Amino acid sequence: MADLSCNLAGIKSPNPFWVASGPPANTGYQAHRAFEAGWGGVVWKTIGTPIINVASRYSALNYGPQRMIGLNNIELISDRAPEVNFREIAEVKQRWPHHAVIASLMVETREQWHEFVQRAADAGADGIELNYGCPHGMCERGMGSAVGQQPAVAEKITGWVMEKATIPVIVKLTPNITDVTMAARAAKRAGANAISLINTINSITNVNLDTFVPEPTVRGFSSHGGYCGPAVKPIALNMVQACAADPDVGLPISGIGGITSWRDAAEFIALGSTSLQVCTAIMHYGFRIVEDLNEGLSAYLDSKGMKTLADLRGKSVQTLQKWENLDLHWQRVARIDYDKCIGCNLCYIACEDGAHQCIDLKSPDELKVGLGPGRVPHKPVPKVREADCVGCNLCSLVCPVDDCITMTVIENGQAPMTWSNYQDRLAKGEMKAIPPHP
Amino acid sequence: MPLSPLLSADALAANFTELKPPLRPQEALVEATRCLYCFDAPCITACPTGIDIPAFIKKIAFGNPASAAKTILTANILGASCARVCPTAVLCEGACVLEDRDEQPIMIGRLQRYATDFVEQRGLRVLPPPPAKKSGKRIAVIGAGPAGLGCAAELAQLGHSVTIFEKQTQAGGLNTYGIAYYKMKPQVSLAEVELVKSLGVELRTGVAVGKDVAVAQLEQDYDAIFIGVGLGAATKLRIPGEDLPEVVDALDFISQIHTRPLHQIPAGRRVAVIGCGNTAIDAVTQAKRLGANRAFIVYRRDEADMSAYGFEYEHAKHDGAQFIFKAAPLEVIATDGHVSGLRLILTHLVNGKVEPVMGSEWTEPCDLVLKAVGQEKQAKLIHDLFPALSVDVRGVITHDPLTGQTNVPHLFAGGDAGNGGREVVNAVGEGKKAAHGIHAFLTKQKAVPPVQPSRLGAKQGSSGSGLLKPIRAHELEAALKK
Repeated sequence: MADLSCNLAGIKSPNPFWVASGPPANTGYQAHRAFEAGWGGVVWKTIGTPIINVASRYSALNYGPQRMIGLNNIELISDRAPEVNFREIAEVKQRWPHHAVIASLMVETREQWHEFVQRAADAGADGIELNYGCPHGMCERGMGSAVGQQPAVAEKITGWVMEKATIPVIVKLTPNITDVTMAARAAKRAGANAISLINTINSITNVNLDTFVPEPTVRGFSSHGGYCGPAVKPIALNMVQACAADPDVGLPISGIGGITSWRDAAEFIALGSTSLQVCTAIMHYGFRIVEDLNEGLSAYLDSKGMKTLADLRGKSVQTLQKWENLDLHWQRVARIDYDKCIGCNLCYIACEDGAHQCIDLKSPDELKVGLGPGRVPHKPVPKVREADCVGCNLCSLVCPVDDCITMTVIENGQAPMTWSNYQDRLAKGEMKAIPPHP
Repeated sequence: MPLSPLLSADALAANFTELKPPLRPQEALVEATRCLYCFDAPCITACPTGIDIPAFIKKIAFGNPASAAKTILTANILGASCARVCPTAVLCEGACVLEDRDEQPIMIGRLQRYATDFVEQRGLRVLPPPPAKKSGKRIAVIGAGPAGLGCAAELAQLGHSVTIFEKQTQAGGLNTYGIAYYKMKPQVSLAEVELVKSLGVELRTGVAVGKDVAVAQLEQDYDAIFIGVGLGAATKLRIPGEDLPEVVDALDFISQIHTRPLHQIPAGRRVAVIGCGNTAIDAVTQAKRLGANRAFIVYRRDEADMSAYGFEYEHAKHDGAQFIFKAAPLEVIATDGHVSGLRLILTHLVNGKVEPVMGSEWTEPCDLVLKAVGQEKQAKLIHDLFPALSVDVRGVITHDPLTGQTNVPHLFAGGDAGNGGREVVNAVGEGKKAAHGIHAFLTKQKAVPPVQPSRLGAKQGSSGSGLLKPIRAHELEAALKK
């Protein structure tokens, strides 16, 4: 069994799975339930001057019958008194000394930051997370993403925190920014111990076409909410990798954004995350999902002969390169396995209308594939014209059968040549320009 | 003993509830979302009317059932009844590619019903009104069954004036009178008749051509005639006792379920059904549901030879029907002038021919005998009406399968009268093809049905909507393996 124990900038937890700061981490009761279920840490719902919330607060993006592939919320930080939150943190820590409890904080003035940092440490929290990410409500009051979107401001406030902090400090980054590494570098310059990302993304999930008011609706109006859940994972992975690859950041990362399965978790770790935070999946299914996260990740590490999370961490970071470093001569073509093909012809129409017109519909009699896919006699069957196939992957992406269309590498005997190489050789007059695609 | 009703109205209502209830909106959504939205989909090719099935399912999935109904009814004016009575397992659903991914095929029939019910229940008119400018051509359609309705609707939508002549008091043919009650209520068929009328088609019921109106008159008044007269009476058993009052055509037996209150229908306690096609199955299951203690099918060949679909056979067994294979009726036995038994003899195959096994006779007690050994062809009627018309050895009208045109240029045919007895959907498809044949004949212009989006740009091969015969993919595959 692989060792899943985790240490993010000195914050230790028995596994890397933390409940992210949000509705599931609102109370001591929830923290107890989370730890009983097997979570490694809890990042408390952001503590600050108590706010007042509205009804309603959440809305979802559904895809067909699949509910909540994305979730949007306009709920603010904790609406409970700071003394209640800090007291419960102390109680939870007492009962779960080896689990991580991180206090998420959001206040305004230097004095307030000093006070809250001290109270978190006094409560026994293992670390502090600075909420610079909330994209709704708090930012209108000069907090949340209003801080995270201005690296200079974030750096200054983080500096205030570091003046007082005795426990590790994590800066939580907003994705609502052009280049997330600018904010990450600011955290580094200010002396923060780690970063966590991503916070939620500005969003409107849908419009009610009868009332014309988007959800969540509050007496005839809505507000821009923060978007999260499985749909944001690709954006989160992109930003996590960008920070992990940036030598000017160089901070441990707590990865957040749509993590639902152990596979998502492994991907975040491979792109440089140390711990992982989960919220939407808990809001959808409850704390029990951690069992699959732990067991799946452990089994995966075992299957790869990896002993600890460190063996996996960052393994994919360097596989992401600038486009100009990709080989222009590498060639792949689509190949269809007619024993698996069911004859839906989605590959054909996707290529024909949506890509590069490299698939023909041919008579199965001509191709000698018996009755043909779909079992309808003489029904046309897709056939890739390999000479014209640009290797774009689209057909293999739309194919509804696993391993039916394989993108196969074609050895064309050409030495690798990147765009940079190409530009160099052109400049030196070593080769002629490649003619445009007809 | 003369027959009398056996069960209470409540018990009968429960026995005759629909076999496949309508899908609820969420069920329809979940099912529609499973559809892969194949391009040039096999289900379209397998449908004799070529409904753009993936397109209508996509519209249901995106919450637009009225538009889905438009897609269906544009291709098949009887889409509501076909949704209920089509043997989908051997047509569209039998061709569904999901089966090759080891999944249940999409419930196309039930989704089609969902969409057509949606517009019917709300009284939505989804088909565009027929052209205001008429072609000036007049067409007579003989028979208001599925073929005649399919032909008339298509012709009306092409701008022609159409009159249907129907000898029965109600239109709809088999759909109104001959479908098992738990599959479809006659009201569905009658609503479809109204839909066809709403396209401007004139319907004259209770008018028998050749009796109430002369063929010569039709030929004088109309530019072309479509013959959709279907099939005739049940084939005779030619055994003693056949004329007893409790020996009934299976189709007449089914018809009375449609035309009388269920609790007034005389029911047999022990019912024998002769024959083993799909009509025999409908008869035996409904006999059970009317309260028979025992209902059994007598078939002179083996289980493997029956013409009933596998799923129909399973359904009958599930309803408690019994099967006596390899036996033939010799005589219907009477007591006091009423049926009391059926004398049977075992059969065996001698050089491929069914022969009786001498000395194996026995009697099965029964009080009702239903004849379901096929229907007579209408050769005599056709000859009487149109002596010049060419009829093949089976007794069905010879015609061009693509245009419906017969050897007499202004006469067209389709449906059971031209195919010898197939599904409702085949009849609609043939009526539709004949309509295009008639249109081409009268206007010298080829009427091309609109290209369905799901086939737009499909490379032409032998595929095409409206195949000449239904695809039974599994059978073909098995045949190929042999």
